[in-house]
Amino acid sequence: MTELGLTHFLILSAFLFACGLLCIATKRNAVGILMGVELVLNAANINFVAFTRYLPGFRIEGQVFAVLVIVLAAAEAAVALAIILNFYNNRGTVDVDQANDLKG
Amino acid sequence: MSSTALAVSVLALLLAATLLTPLLAKLRLRRYAHLPAVLAFGTSAVLAMLMLNDVYVNGPAGPTPGLSLHVSADFPWISFHETKLPTTWFSAGLLNVTFSLGIDPLSAIMLATVTFVATWIAIFSAGYMHGEEGYARYFTIMSLFVLCMCLLVLANNFFLLLAGWEGVGLCSYLLVGYYYAKPSAAAAARKAFLMTRLGDVGFVLGIFLLWSVGGHHTDLTQIFAHIQAHPVNDFTLGLACLLLFCGAVGKSAQLPLYVWLPDAMEGPTPVSALIHAATMVTAGVYLLARCSPLFVQVPSVQAYVAITGGATALLAAFIALTQTDLKRVLAYSTVSQLGYMFMALGTAGAVTPSIAVAAAIFHLFTHAFFKALLFLGSGSVMHAMGNVIDMRRFGGLRTVLPVTHATFLIGCAALAGLPLLSGFWSKDQILDALDHAGEHGLTHRELYLGVFGVAVLTAGMTAFYTFRAYFLTFWGETRIPEEAGHHAHESPRIMCVPLIVLAVGALFVGALVEPLTHHGFSKFLSATPAIQQANKTYEREHNVRSQSQPHFNWLIAGLGTAAAVGGLGLAFAMYRKGQLAQLPAAAKPLHAMSLNKGYVDEIYHGLVVKPAEIAATGSRQFDGLVDAVARLVSYAPRMLAALLRPLQNGLVQFYALGMVLGLTAVVLVIVFKVSR
Repeated sequence: MTELGLTHFLILSAFLFACGLLCIATKRNAVGILMGVELVLNAANINFVAFTRYLPGFRIEGQVFAVLVIVLAAAEAAVALAIILNFYNNRGTVDVDQANDLKG
Repeated sequence: MSSTALAVSVLALLLAATLLTPLLAKLRLRRYAHLPAVLAFGTSAVLAMLMLNDVYVNGPAGPTPGLSLHVSADFPWISFHETKLPTTWFSAGLLNVTFSLGIDPLSAIMLATVTFVATWIAIFSAGYMHGEEGYARYFTIMSLFVLCMCLLVLANNFFLLLAGWEGVGLCSYLLVGYYYAKPSAAAAARKAFLMTRLGDVGFVLGIFLLWSVGGHHTDLTQIFAHIQAHPVNDFTLGLACLLLFCGAVGKSAQLPLYVWLPDAMEGPTPVSALIHAATMVTAGVYLLARCSPLFVQVPSVQAYVAITGGATALLAAFIALTQTDLKRVLAYSTVSQLGYMFMALGTAGAVTPSIAVAAAIFHLFTHAFFKALLFLGSGSVMHAMGNVIDMRRFGGLRTVLPVTHATFLIGCAALAGLPLLSGFWSKDQILDALDHAGEHGLTHRELYLGVFGVAVLTAGMTAFYTFRAYFLTFWGETRIPEEAGHHAHESPRIMCVPLIVLAVGALFVGALVEPLTHHGFSKFLSATPAIQQANKTYEREHNVRSQSQPHFNWLIAGLGTAAAVGGLGLAFAMYRKGQLAQLPAAAKPLHAMSLNKGYVDEIYHGLVVKPAEIAATGSRQFDGLVDAVARLVSYAPRMLAALLRPLQNGLVQFYALGMVLGLTAVVLVIVFKVSR
């Protein structure tokens, strides 16, 4: 059994990213899409932290960026949830296929 | 005032009337809309007479270009020859067009005739058109017409002349289509406009041809002088003259473009009297008289002019024999009489030009009186008969319309050329000129002799159809159509006075200006510089002496009188009961041919209108083809769009997937490139 290395983290991150994308692309439920976005963001976070940990040139930059991304994700979730709530008020559903008002 | 000042003030007055009349309509003074026109015409007539007198007294002198708005007594040498107002109308390259007026006996006579006749017709119109819709419109266009006509006769510049020429054409169009809601009137107006336009194309081409060979001058006198100094080859000059004649043919309703004139009778009757009998249609005759220095140099064109005149006179007289519409008889008679004038013009060059031109202009002058009179008389009949003009529907109006009857009779007698009336003298001069050309002429003798025969024949036919119309209208038992209602009485005084004045003119004016003054009219007219020049050319080319004045030939006069009396007698024998006569069976086909106007309209329809229609239909089909091709081209992007449109389905997730796939592709490329 080899020691845990950068590669493993990157594989995990890629797996998470793929899951997130799949979620975004396939879910009809707007909340589900939001969850997918969170997965993608967190996959990025893992990359940041892992690179800082394993590459010698970095000290703390990755962790700082990860915190920044978490804050951004929180803000983004707040806005997205507000949109979803409004959409639900108007349409009585959170199905994104119904959001076609701008279609020509 | 000098002649120039008089001429300019005539034009200014008429312009003022044209502008003032619509203003009156705007001010709700529509009832007085005739006043500016009548006053302006009347004053113009007086001024034109003064000008005539001035020209007569001062006589010809050398040419003086430049402004001459001076009192003529101070400058007796200032001539009527050519007067340039100091303004250029427009110029482009070698083309330089000036406001150049030519004041000479020819234009003075024309101006006086036009304004005098117009005055009385305007007065008549005030009664005739009373209460009509568009009363102000009528007098506005009338004023504009007289303005353009005066410009036409005064112009010494081809383009200025053309402006007047087209102006009268426009007014004719507007007045023929005066009852524009009536389809036949609208069609007649269109026909008149298009037909004359055909001739005008030739006219404009002729002007430019003369401009190019005449030293790039546009002033008539300068062109004539230049061509005299630098002779042009016969072909070019002949072509130019033929093109000018083409314009005259259109305007003066000669073969083959005469068909618009009878249809032009759709307009109000005073319009027919003024425009389509007395003035506008004589513009072609005036043009040829004015350009006689050019025409005398090309005898073959002159022969063509004479033939055209003869053929037109004969055909029109033939058609007039059987028409039942009083105005149409008069219209065809106008065409026929214009043909007479062209016959006379055509002899210039074979005989002394001044004699030929004087005969034509003299006939124009007397014709203006009696033809205006006849038209106004028919207008008076129409007025009384509730706008019925078909001679089969009324008859025996002698007692109902005594004044109209008497004046109409005088007009008929003058038109028929009964001795001592004005028509007799002028017709006699034309016959004389033709006979002279036939016997002693220098070119085409046989031809002129033939035309002379046609002229005598036409004279007989003229007398016949004129008196046929007279008998059908005024003799026999009284018949009045029901449309007349309570109108079947003599016209008001405002309409009778012009009739009487013109009747006096038709009676005496011919005798007064020619035989009683020892050919004063001809001599005076011969003093016109252009005609003098024509005479000189004639003398030089044929090495002969000009004849100074026409001589009265008893034989010719007798022949003309015999023809007229013969026609009159035949009409009396056939129509004195005031009803259409039974014809012998042998005459039936001829009768049908005449009644159907020689089938000329039908022939034109078959030869011109139909092919044009076919061409138009073909063009439209081709246009459809072009459209189809264009549409086919426009289908290409649409097809492409149809292929791509499903991609934009409005699903955000689909777009996201697209982005991811694209990103993946980019990343893959980068990765494999780097690894390689």
